[in-house]
Amino acid sequence: MPELTLIEAIRETMRDEMRRDESIILIGEDVANRGGVFLATDGFVEEFGEDRVIDTPLAESLICGVALGAAVNGMRPIAEIQFADFVWPAINQLVGEASKVRYGTNGVKNAPLTIRIPYGGEVRGGLYHSQSIEVLFSHTPGLTVVAPSTPFDARGLLASAIRANDPVIVLEHKRTYRLVKGDVPTDDYTLPLGRAEIKRLGTDMTIVSYGLMLHYALQAAESAAAEGIDVEVLDLRTLRPIDTATIVESVSKTGKALIVQEDTPAVSISSEVAAIIAEHCFFDLDGPVMRLAPPEIPAMPFSPLQEAAFMPSPEKILSAIRKLAVL
Amino acid sequence: MILRIELPHVGESVTEAEIGEWLKSTGDKIEKYEPIVEIVTDKVSMELPAPATGVITKIISEEGETVPMGAIIAEMETSEISEIDTTEPPDVPASNRIGTLIQGANVGPTGGEFLDTSMASNTPEIQSKETKGFVSKGNEARYSPLVVRLASKHGLDLNAINGTGDGGRVTKNDVLAAIDSGENSKVSVTSVDSMTLGDEVIKPTAVRRMIADRMVRSTSEIPHAWSAIEVDVSGLVTWRTANKEPFEKEHGVPLTYLPIALFAVSGALKLNPYINSSWVDGKIVLKSSINVGVAVATDDGLVVPVIKNAEGASIPDLACQLDQMIDRARNSKMTLEDASGGTFTLNNTGVLGSILGGAIINHPQAAILTTEAIVKRPVVLTKKGEDSVEIRSMMNLCLSFDHRIIDGAEASRFLQGVKNQLESIDESFNLWG
Repeated sequence: MPELTLIEAIRETMRDEMRRDESIILIGEDVANRGGVFLATDGFVEEFGEDRVIDTPLAESLICGVALGAAVNGMRPIAEIQFADFVWPAINQLVGEASKVRYGTNGVKNAPLTIRIPYGGEVRGGLYHSQSIEVLFSHTPGLTVVAPSTPFDARGLLASAIRANDPVIVLEHKRTYRLVKGDVPTDDYTLPLGRAEIKRLGTDMTIVSYGLMLHYALQAAESAAAEGIDVEVLDLRTLRPIDTATIVESVSKTGKALIVQEDTPAVSISSEVAAIIAEHCFFDLDGPVMRLAPPEIPAMPFSPLQEAAFMPSPEKILSAIRKLAVL
Repeated sequence: MILRIELPHVGESVTEAEIGEWLKSTGDKIEKYEPIVEIVTDKVSMELPAPATGVITKIISEEGETVPMGAIIAEMETSEISEIDTTEPPDVPASNRIGTLIQGANVGPTGGEFLDTSMASNTPEIQSKETKGFVSKGNEARYSPLVVRLASKHGLDLNAINGTGDGGRVTKNDVLAAIDSGENSKVSVTSVDSMTLGDEVIKPTAVRRMIADRMVRSTSEIPHAWSAIEVDVSGLVTWRTANKEPFEKEHGVPLTYLPIALFAVSGALKLNPYINSSWVDGKIVLKSSINVGVAVATDDGLVVPVIKNAEGASIPDLACQLDQMIDRARNSKMTLEDASGGTFTLNNTGVLGSILGGAIINHPQAAILTTEAIVKRPVVLTKKGEDSVEIRSMMNLCLSFDHRIIDGAEASRFLQGVKNQLESIDESFNLWG
C-alpha cells in the first residue's frame, strides 16, 4: 500500500475523481499552469485540458461565484481558495448564496460544489498565510465542513465531499501537507461526512481535536501514557455537522474532556463541543470541560518565538493533560 | 439504488440495542419517516423511521437479536438520490491510517519548500495564556456529577471515601477504587444478629436522613466541648408576666421567652465574635452577620429557620420574625432561604422540661446554645455580705462549642454575657430602653 503525504493524498483523490466523472472541473488561482502552489494539481491541466482545469484572476469572489454557477448548472466543480486567509471576499458566494441553493429553491436546484481551502499556521505565514477560518462556515446551515488530519482521512473525506450533492468545504491544514505521511489505499473508498473517529483509545480523559492539533494531541497522549495518564484522542474530522454521538460516547466513558484547537477560543469549534458535552454528558463528568487554545490575538505572529508562544504544542497539551488529570 | 438501513446512534453511552418487532416486511412499500421496526435499548424503546421512500428488500437483523449501533439491519430499494455513496473504507491498520510525522518537512508561507532553520523545534517553554481553567476552591465537599451518581448507585458514603483529587476532592477513580475494594460496603439494614423477630424497621424520611447525615458530619468533624451556666431569671419572669398581655395586644404576637433569649444571645455574639464563626479549610472564619437559627420541632423532625441580622433588632421585632418563621416551619412552608445562612443556633430545650442538655453543633457553625427549663429553686443569695436562702426562678444555659476555635474561657465569657443581659431584666425593664 502506498504511503502518501497529505497533499499527495489530496492530489491522487482529485485525479481519480476527475478520471471517473467528467462533470468535475477544477477552478482556482494557479491550479492549471503552475499545478497549484502546493502542487495539489500538478500535471492536471496536461491530463484534463484547459476546459476542466481553469486558472482564474486573483478574485476569490469570482472563483466561488463561478464555481457556484457551474454547480447549479450541471457541473461538479472543485474550487480552490489558495490560502484560507483570502476566502473573505468569497463569503457572500458561499454563506450568502451557495448554502441556500437547495433550501431556497425548495429542492429544485442543488449545488454539488466542493471548496478546498488550505488553512492553519506554524508555517511562518504571519497575518495572511496562517488563518483558521472554520468558525464562520461551521455555523452556516446548508454547508458541510470537513477537516481531515491524516492522508487516509483526506482521501476518503475529499471523495465524499466531491460526490456530495451539496456544498462541502474541505479544510486542509497546510502544515500537515508534507508533515504527515501515512497509508492510503489505491482503491476507491469514501468516509462518511459527519463522523468523528477515535484515533487513540483511552480511559482517563478525552481530547477532542482536529487538524494539526490532532497530531500534537496524539504526541502528548503518548507522553502522558508514560506518566500513567491514559488519554483517549478523538478526531472530529467533520466540523459541520459535529458528530455528537461519538463525542458523547467517548466523554461519557472517560468522564473528562479537553478540547485542543489552533483557532482562538472565543466563539469557536471548542465552544460548540463544550456545549455538546455539557448538555449530554453532565452526569458522567468527573471534572470541568477544559479548552486549550491560543491567546486572543488578532493574527498569528510572524516571529518564530512569538508564533511558538501562540501555537499550542505537544508540551502545552501535556501540561493541560496533567492539570485535568488531577482536577 | 440499494440503501442500507443502519441502527442509528442514540448517544448517551448506549452502544447496542435489541431488535423488537419488525413493523414492515420484505417487499413492503415504505414512506420516508414511516416507522419500520421497534428497537429496544436499556434506556428506552423506540420506533425507527424509514430513511427514504421505497421498498424493503432485505431484513438482516432478526427480532430479538442484539446489534451494535451502526450495524446494518436491513436494506431497501429507493429511487431517491442519495447524498453520499458510502462504500466501506478499506481496512488499514490504525497506526498506518494516522500516519507519522516527518520532521523538517516544512511548508513555506507561500506554498513552496521552506528550509528556514530559524524555526527551532525546541523553542523555549513559553507560557502561553491557556484559557482560564477551573480554579480549585479547596477541600469543600465538591462532588462531581459522576461521583455522586456512582456513589448513589453503589450505596457508598462519600464522606468516608478518601479523596485524591485536587483539594482533597473525591474523584471518579477514588469511587471506583472504593467500589472495587468493597471496604465501604452498603450499610446493610439487617445483619442476622441485630434483628430479632418483632423488630420494626422504619425507612427514615428524607428529612430524617438529612438530619442523620448532618449529625454524623458534625460529631465526626467538630471536637465538641460543653459548658453550662445558671441564670437567675426571677426578674425576667416577673417582667414577662406583667407585660404579656399588653405586648400581645400591641404587637399581635405572643411574648415568649424565646425572643428575649434571642435578643440576649445576639448581643453577646456581637461582643464575642469567635462564637459566631466557622472552621473552614483549616482557617477560622469570623462571620460578618449574626444569623441565629432557632430550632423548631415539627412533625417531620427538627428544622432550624434562621433569623438574619439578629443583633440590633428589638425584642418586638424578633418576636414578630420568630412568630412568622415558626409558623412557616410548622406548616412546612419554610423556604431554602429561611433555612440557610445561619451562623449560630439557639435551641429552647427547656420547653420540654430539660434542665441540662448537650446539643450537637449545627455544622459548620462553631457553637449551639440551649435554654433549659425555668425551675423554681431554693438559692443562696448574698446581700451586703449576708447569706440567705430564697426561692428564685433559675434557668440553665448550656453551650456546646467547637474546641478548635473556642476555649473554655471564651465559652464562659459568652455565657456570662447572655446571663448578665437576662439577669438585668426586672420589672423596670424598658423594651425600648
